[in-house]
Order: sequence, then C-alpha cells, then structure tokens
Amino acid sequence: MPLADWFSARESRRYTRIDDTPQVSSSAEVADGVWVKCDSCKHTLYEGELADNLWVCRHCGRHFDITAPQRVELLTDEGSFAEIDTDIAPCDPLGFVAAKPYETSLEGAREKSGLTEAVVTGRATIGGVPVVFGAMDFRFIGASMGSVVGEKITRAFELATAQRLPIVLTTASGGARMQEGMLSLMQMAKTSAAAQRHSDAGLAYICVLTNPTYGGVTASFAVLADVLVAEPGARIGFAGPLLVEQTIRQKLPKGFQTAESMLQHGMIDEVVSRGELKDRIELLLGYLSPRPARSGERS
Amino acid sequence: MTRAYVMDFERPVFELEDKLAELRKLDVSANPELAAEIESLAADIERLRVETYSNLQPWDRVQLSRHPKRPKTEHYLDALFTDVAEVHGDRAFADDEAIFAGLATIQGRHVAVLGHRKGTDTKSNVRRNFGSPHPEGYRKAMRLMRLADKFGLPIVTFLDTAGAYPGIEAEERGQALAIAESLALLSGVRVPVVVVGIGEGGSGGALAIGFGDRMIMLENAYYSVISPEMCSNILYKDPTQAKTAASCLKMVGSDLLELGIVDEVVPEPLGGAHTDPSAVFGPVGAAIVRALDELSGIDTHEMVERRYRRLRAIGAYSAK
Repeated sequence: MPLADWFSARESRRYTRIDDTPQVSSSAEVADGVWVKCDSCKHTLYEGELADNLWVCRHCGRHFDITAPQRVELLTDEGSFAEIDTDIAPCDPLGFVAAKPYETSLEGAREKSGLTEAVVTGRATIGGVPVVFGAMDFRFIGASMGSVVGEKITRAFELATAQRLPIVLTTASGGARMQEGMLSLMQMAKTSAAAQRHSDAGLAYICVLTNPTYGGVTASFAVLADVLVAEPGARIGFAGPLLVEQTIRQKLPKGFQTAESMLQHGMIDEVVSRGELKDRIELLLGYLSPRPARSGERS
Repeated sequence: MTRAYVMDFERPVFELEDKLAELRKLDVSANPELAAEIESLAADIERLRVETYSNLQPWDRVQLSRHPKRPKTEHYLDALFTDVAEVHGDRAFADDEAIFAGLATIQGRHVAVLGHRKGTDTKSNVRRNFGSPHPEGYRKAMRLMRLADKFGLPIVTFLDTAGAYPGIEAEERGQALAIAESLALLSGVRVPVVVVGIGEGGSGGALAIGFGDRMIMLENAYYSVISPEMCSNILYKDPTQAKTAASCLKMVGSDLLELGIVDEVVPEPLGGAHTDPSAVFGPVGAAIVRALDELSGIDTHEMVERRYRRLRAIGAYSAK
C-alpha cells in the first residue's frame, strides 16, 4: 500500500463513522468512537488528541499499541519509505483447522489490518541515513511468525547485507505461528542465521522491542541486535506470563517481563519513550557506521 | 497386573492381557474348554498388539516420546560413544544439568556431543529439571559449539526436551537471548552438525541445539512449534483437543520427512524404543556415522553455505 493511502486510512479511523463497517482500533482496549479510556490511569482521552500525542497517554505515559504503518510514519523520514516484498503472501501449508480454519484467520487478519502479513519491510532513510526498515503489526494474528514473516525478515537482512545498510526493526509478536507448525519454528533459525550474516559483515542492527514481544520472535532475530531499546511498559519475554505462572504455581513479581525490568536485569540497553525513539535511533546510527576498509585489511 | 505407565492407546491390549492372566489362574483340567479359550484369547491379543502398534496416531507417538522408560541421551552416550569427556558450566552462572555437553568418540571418530538430559528417576529428574534447560544450559552448549568449531570436531546433538524452562529466573537471565545466540552460532559453525530427535522436540528449547546438516528422527519422537496440549488450549479453546492438535501440527517423523525438515526416520521396535532399546541404538549409531562420513568430505565453506541455503528454503508462501 502506498504511504499516502496509509495516511488516509489512519485519518478515516480517527473519528466515529456512521456506516457499519468494523471500526479498526489500534489496541483491544481502544473503545469505538471519539473517546478512549486509558487502561492504566482510567482517564478518558479524546482520541484525536491521543493520536497527536503519538498514542501515549498524557496523564500517565502509557504507550498504546500502534500499527506497523504508524511505526513507519513515526520512525522513518517523511516520504522515504518504499515497501519491498509486497508480493509474497501466506498460504496454509498444513491445511490447519482448529476452532476456525487458518484460512479464515488469515482472511480476518487481512480485513482487520489492511496488511498482507504481520510485518511490513522496506527501504527508508532515518535522519537522512539510508536503512532497511521493518515493523511488525500485532493486529495480524498476534504478529506471530510464520513462513512469510520469517521470509520477509530474512530478505530484509539479506538486502541490508548486500547493500551494506544498517537495519532497524520494531517488533511485536505473540511468538511463532502455530498454524504453520514446524515451518514456523524453523523461521527462528532462518532469521537468526540471516541476522548473523548481517552482523558478520560489520553492519548495524537496531531493534525496538514494543508491546508485546514474546516467544519465537524474542528468542531469534529480535534480541540479536547490536543495540536493543524498548518502549516504556512494553511486555517482553520468552514464555508468556500465564505459562510461567502455571509452571511455578505462584504469583509473578510486579513488573515482571516489562521493559523496565528487562533493563534492570541487563537484557536491553535503554527504555526510550515513543516521542524520543527517532532521535535515539538517529544518534545510534551516527555511531554505528561500518568501519572503513584500510589498506592491508581485507574488506 | 500392575503397570507403572500405561498409555491410552495401549489400554485395550492391557485389558485383554489382564483377562488372560485371570483365565490362566483357573484350573484347566477341570474345564477342557478353557484351554481352547485361552489359546484363542492369546492369539487375539497378539493380533491386537500388532494392529495397535502398527497404526499409531501422532498423539500415541507423543505419549511414547514421553515414556519414562524411553532411552535417553545418557543411554545413547553409553551405547554408542567411548572415551567421553564431559564439560561443565557456562563460565558465568552455573552448570545446567538439563544439557549434556562433552567430547566423545563414535566408532573412531572424534565428535562434540550435545543433548537435552532428562532424568531416569525422580531424584535425577529434579536435578536435571526434567530436561528443561535454563539459559546457562544453552550457554554451556554454545561453549561446546565454539570448541567444536575451533578444533574442527563435528557436532552430534540429541533432542529430548519438553521445552526451555518457563520460569522467572530463566526469563530474567535471558532465556530468549540464550536461544537466539545459540541459533545464530549453530547456523555458522564450520563443522558438520548431525541432529538426532530421540524423544520430545519441544519448540525453541529443542531448536536451540536442533538444526543442522543432517536431521535424523526416531519413529516415535516428535518435533513441534508447540505442545499439542498448549495448542489445544490456545487454538481450539478446548483442553481435550490435544489428540487432534497432534495430527494437525504435523509433528512426527513421517510428517516432517514430507515437509523436508527431517532427512531420515529411524524405525523403532513394535511397542516403542523402550521395549527393546538395543534395537534402536544400532540403527541410530549407523545413521550418525553414515552422516558424519558423508559430511566430512564436504568443503567447510560449502557446508556452511549449504546449511544456510537449507534454512533459507524452509517456508511455504505464495508469490504473486
């Protein structure tokens, strides 16, 4: 989808509509209509104002979940984003049928998000620096990683390696996509291998962990970044909190698996609020340029 | 008859066997018809046994893969390897007994061996956390991978875990990072990697040491993105659908052979590997040695490229 369409799509979501087409909200807790209740501080917020504040509650600083197109708009230079690999789409390799058929889930996700899969990748500039950029979108089956997400992430790393570009990704995911079975699990190895090759080429990778990032995405390409930042309050982990609670049979400590707790345990480099993310990435990219090949040194 | 561990699909066979045992206690001489009945029942049981174990469903195989008497990594070590030098610890936090790491010899070939290590009794299972590693386990595994890479020792790994441990400390010490780094490292080691799925292949916790240049799986082992029970809870919203989920997930050897994820499935004796472990040690050892010999001839650079291309090719999607 061209960037202009995203803007208009976003615009059309901003106000209550009188037709009965489903309201697209950027998060489960966003109610239909003009007013939104913040789940953290319970303040009622005017949706237009919330959007102007980058979907961050002005009372308590809660970062609402946002979409991949919104991430593109937030982090890349205006008009610089050119999407790649728009031609690959998910199929149903296992013929998977559970409570509903996988095909139905895919159809629903496409309708809900207007995207073809849970990640959008492309070329862009950030502060004038050419990069490969990718953003995951939780609305698409929990941004779970199946064949297409794995393939698009892998291709993004490969493009960045071939063009000697840094890569910037924002993640959000419930983990591997169950409906594609082992094909999904193997995407963890595939994306990690591609990330490693990009790193071996001396190129920078910055990853922004957003709410929520779990399972097979956390445990593969996401955390392999040179610098890992996270948005305030983002839930990040390998095993989901429910599973951990069931396993250890006790209440989880307050703040468990939040960005702040990850920082405390030395697992990420910085917690950066949404409004400061772009500047922080620009700053980092300035430091992490590839070393120049000197004479006598192999390039 | 008391049995320590009965799997659902075996119940009909066992019920008949119990009935037969009861009949045998009766006085045959007082009732000549009884002898014929016993004989016919015994034949029925044998037929049912063969039929049951020849038509195992994925869910039945999942149960077999978890059988407490199933041969474990340590049994393969004892049976197939000599001169074992175990290595311990991640040099940062602890020694995780849920992962075995060591140097060993298989039929004259020096290799580095990794494996998930379940216990054989309650005590050893507690020490080994039932085969579910913490981050330090994967970090120990990575130490051995680097050692193998440095000294050109092929890596042989045995998969048998329900998954990486989902606990508070595991999360706080970077379970995700440990797995991710292990994946990245394993994808580029300059030695052959032979993977053998001997029991459970639970998700990322198995994958961290679970892909390579030759993928071998036992007939009743599984390898899956999620356990059938959890899949049943999440996707079917019904905890009783694990059996259906096990089929849908395509998680047993024959399925994975079809998907191109596994190269070779090693058959087990009727009733599963635990009924006659020696019957699987031989074929598994032969498969490992065959793989090592085939891979040893390949140029190192080419082998790493092939491994990358193999990973690269996994996935199904439509392209416009």
